[in-house]
Amino acid sequence: MPKPLTITTPGERDIVVVRQFDAPRDLVWLCFSKPELMRRWYGLPDWTMTVCEMDFRVGGKWRYVTKSPGGYEMGSQGLYTEIAEPERIGQTEYYDDDWTKGGSDNVIVFTEGDGRTTATMTVTYSSAEARAAAVATPMAEGMEIGFKRLDDLLAEERA
Amino acid sequence: MQMDPSERLDATFIALADPTRRAILARLKQGDATVNELAAPFEISQPAVSKHLKILERAGLVSRSNVGTSRPVRIEAGPMRDAVDWLEKYREFWEKSYQRLDALLEILQTPINTDKPAKTKKQRKDDDA
Repeated sequence: MPKPLTITTPGERDIVVVRQFDAPRDLVWLCFSKPELMRRWYGLPDWTMTVCEMDFRVGGKWRYVTKSPGGYEMGSQGLYTEIAEPERIGQTEYYDDDWTKGGSDNVIVFTEGDGRTTATMTVTYSSAEARAAAVATPMAEGMEIGFKRLDDLLAEERA
Repeated sequence: MQMDPSERLDATFIALADPTRRAILARLKQGDATVNELAAPFEISQPAVSKHLKILERAGLVSRSNVGTSRPVRIEAGPMRDAVDWLEKYREFWEKSYQRLDALLEILQTPINTDKPAKTKKQRKDDDA
């Protein structure tokens, strides 16, 4: 079982999420670039992905909509700005509830070593204020996970 | 200590990056505690716990009472709570997604049974003969 992801904020506009996978890079790449695979993993387990459109080419549009068990829908979309198979995907991201004031530029970099792949996702907001605005606003209403996650997280790490 | 929202946010991220500090917060969710009480479940010294508490205090996530010699530590609700919630939701979203991706990658890597290729109808007929 791979280690939990790490989240850091190296710059004043960035959020960086790093995670390792027990699979070769080509395979991980497919899971990030094919809608039929993407929709099998993106989102919380009890949510359903109702829209997964990926015009996977530079300048192409993507759009996701995920739906909570209670019927709340969270939509996001953007354009692909860079595709360098199997290393790098750049894309813009805007949420339908535009609380980030201008969205973000996201880059995912895949590196391979010992048959494992590390995915590093860097989300760059337009300004430090925009990042603060994003973080100060609920990521998704109805996503009732709450503060008790700390307990669960602790239980996982202790296990 | 006055910090602008962005600085406070950075302080929050730094505070939450460490599993011991997340555990301390989880413990404080259940009620105020002294440094001794907080140090008890961990295999680290009391000064080390105090160091973690300073970082949590800087982020505005905990405060320490000035009353009494034990100076109990308390978790702070308030504006930073939103950032904590957001960060935990964000972490939750990606960790759960990536756990699903782990499962998918495992399925995709499971070799299809190649030592026994599926037989054609004719071969099966021949076998039966």
